[in-house]
Amino acid sequence: MKSLKLTVAALVASAAFAGVAIARDQIQVAGSSTVLPYAKIVAETFGETFPDFKTPVVESGGTGAGLKEFCKGVGPDTIDIANASRQIKDSELETCKAAGVTEVQEVKIGYDGIVFATDSGNADLKLVPKDLYLALAAELVIDGKLVANPYKKWSEVNKDLPDVEIAAYIPGEKHGTREVFDEKMLAHGCKDAGADVAIKGLVADEKEAAKKCIAVRKDGLAIDIDGDYTETLARIASNKNGIGVFGLSFYENNADKLKVATVSGVVPSGATIASGEYPVSRPLFFYVKKAHLGVIPGLKEYVEFFLDDQMVGPDSPLAAYGLVPAPDAEREADRKAFTDGNML
Amino acid sequence: MTDMTSSVQSTFVRPAQARRDIGIKRRYAAERRFKAYGLTAILIGLFFLFVLLWTVVSKGYTAFQQTAITLPIEFSEKIIDPKNERGANPAKLMTANYPLLVRDALVKALGIDPANKPLVKQATDMVSASARTQLRDLVVANPAIIGTTATVSLLAEGNIDSANKGQIDLTVAEANRKVKDQQIEWMKKLSETGAMAKQFNTGLFTYGASSRPEASGIGVAALGSLYMMLIVLVLALPIGVAASIYLEEFAPKNRLTDLIEVNINNLAAVPSIVYGLLGLSIFINFAGMPRSAAVVGGLVLTLMTLPTIIIATRAALKAVPPSIRSAALGLGASKMQTIFHHVLPLAMPGVLTGTIIGLAHALGETAPLLLIGMVAFVVDYPGSPMDPSTALPVQIYMWANEAERAFVERTSGAIMILLIFLVVMNLGAILLRRRFERRW
Repeated sequence: MKSLKLTVAALVASAAFAGVAIARDQIQVAGSSTVLPYAKIVAETFGETFPDFKTPVVESGGTGAGLKEFCKGVGPDTIDIANASRQIKDSELETCKAAGVTEVQEVKIGYDGIVFATDSGNADLKLVPKDLYLALAAELVIDGKLVANPYKKWSEVNKDLPDVEIAAYIPGEKHGTREVFDEKMLAHGCKDAGADVAIKGLVADEKEAAKKCIAVRKDGLAIDIDGDYTETLARIASNKNGIGVFGLSFYENNADKLKVATVSGVVPSGATIASGEYPVSRPLFFYVKKAHLGVIPGLKEYVEFFLDDQMVGPDSPLAAYGLVPAPDAEREADRKAFTDGNML
Repeated sequence: MTDMTSSVQSTFVRPAQARRDIGIKRRYAAERRFKAYGLTAILIGLFFLFVLLWTVVSKGYTAFQQTAITLPIEFSEKIIDPKNERGANPAKLMTANYPLLVRDALVKALGIDPANKPLVKQATDMVSASARTQLRDLVVANPAIIGTTATVSLLAEGNIDSANKGQIDLTVAEANRKVKDQQIEWMKKLSETGAMAKQFNTGLFTYGASSRPEASGIGVAALGSLYMMLIVLVLALPIGVAASIYLEEFAPKNRLTDLIEVNINNLAAVPSIVYGLLGLSIFINFAGMPRSAAVVGGLVLTLMTLPTIIIATRAALKAVPPSIRSAALGLGASKMQTIFHHVLPLAMPGVLTGTIIGLAHALGETAPLLLIGMVAFVVDYPGSPMDPSTALPVQIYMWANEAERAFVERTSGAIMILLIFLVVMNLGAILLRRRFERRW
């Protein structure tokens, strides 16, 4: 143990010498894996367009992990931008402020659609939140009592749905996508089915009742996917009757293998998401440290480049990849908010 | 139970033979069964190895080829430098509208009406967006090319490349695939004229990470891995060998050294992610070293490899017979001379084998790198170990999560390259042992 401690001490000493006085000239970004493909496209194009600046380094690892790194403090040894597939939480903002990151700018880059898809060989699938809730909830109110979900087949939920066993591959709880799924599909479906009122009648605590609405069955018919969409795709390939949850951009890249389901009769597409017709979508963000603007070379230019119409506009590489651009006025407002220096 | 009853029975029926029944048949049967189990175990292992290699190779071998579109590009001065400012301001050449050159060349080669915007867009979509930098680099390196026409081989866009390799199902409805009917027709036309052809994919080895599959390669990752391996070798080998020589030859045998030995053996079994946490808190948070840098990765992997090297070195030192030491000491050599002139040279093959196996282990490690920010998208080559970079297994992991079809083959291609590195290193270890090891 002693020799190991000495070794570590020696390594740290050499590290400290080597680590002295490094002025960083490269933007560092971390965070959401949903935002990662978009951030990569922008970073790469930024490096090509501005030869004076180095290409930013984009780490993945999830919204929560990215914001945690972001909130470690201010200075060249901390990251400049955190990508997020949800808004920063108050608790995270407090951690940030406690660590000295008092000036955080929020930047919205556009919207991401969440789609349901099955194997391309299946018949067309029409989903509504109510059916999905009835198929996936852990417990349902039947005859005035909370019982474990009895449905095994989609056709038992709604006879218009296919007569196959329920198998849903949904994002695991650490994913930001899961929150959107819970809120926009399950909670919504719970209300449509009238179950929220019924559950409140049975469960006194209001928070508990709300949790019951979004609790997903654990009997193996709904499967949490903790990996990425590639894993969901592989699961669908091996179980042709399975229904998977994907990001719109991922679906569009694999549309020859997948068949997308309509939600409440609306086909997901850039147009229907931008207009708000398609219900399951969410805004994507990134957060910038104001203190780093003007200190880290190229940071201001990078953010401005990201918000430019040539990157996030309707006819841009990000839109081509699957990002749903915000409406014109909203993009204009986002740009203005950044140049004005609005802070959280 | 059955054994007992049978022996009891035989005693009862034929008492004379009972003493001679030493279970020969049963014991042979047991031996045959055991052999069969062993063989089955090996066959199962081989089967899975074969399945693994088959899936990787069958998916990945196409990654070593890349579709290219060779076009005569007219480097028109009107487009690149309309106001003739490049003499006064060479930076103009960096920002010129190079995609227009590609567009014009495609319009000409395919015979499209330039006014038909949607059709022109479909045509330009067939060429990688990296063509901009490719042409820019050509012009910046040789401004005299402006005003002339040169034949340039441009990368085909990732989906076109996949379609050309038959990886996209072209029978499904046009709306459900990334390659449109018109583009398929053009692909046929270009292939017939020889303008579109598959080439050896040198880019896979030289490019850095990219959001465009056709322009992404393992270059940055391989360099990052090389930096880390060098750091591990330079730090772990001397520290590990010194520690083991001291422990094996000089240290007194007492509780403390026993404790150290137990700890080293335990450290060799600690999950690698723990070393990543250690690296994050010590090297990045405490020592203030840069995130995503190969130097931090190298230090973390050094800590991870040290126990392996120490254990292998101590085993090699122990294997040197005491007669060698006694003879040297008897001839008047000091203890230090004995070790460095006689013991260590004889133990060297074992030490090197242990080091190479430790290095191979470190080369394939991803988990500790996640926490120190090396699971990242890095485009620029790292000029030094202090610059951000990634590692080979990290690049595989990142490609495996990509949505585009063309990344599937690249993932398997990169796995093949990593496997080749590992096989070469392990072969080296075996060769060293065969060639230099001495037996007594």
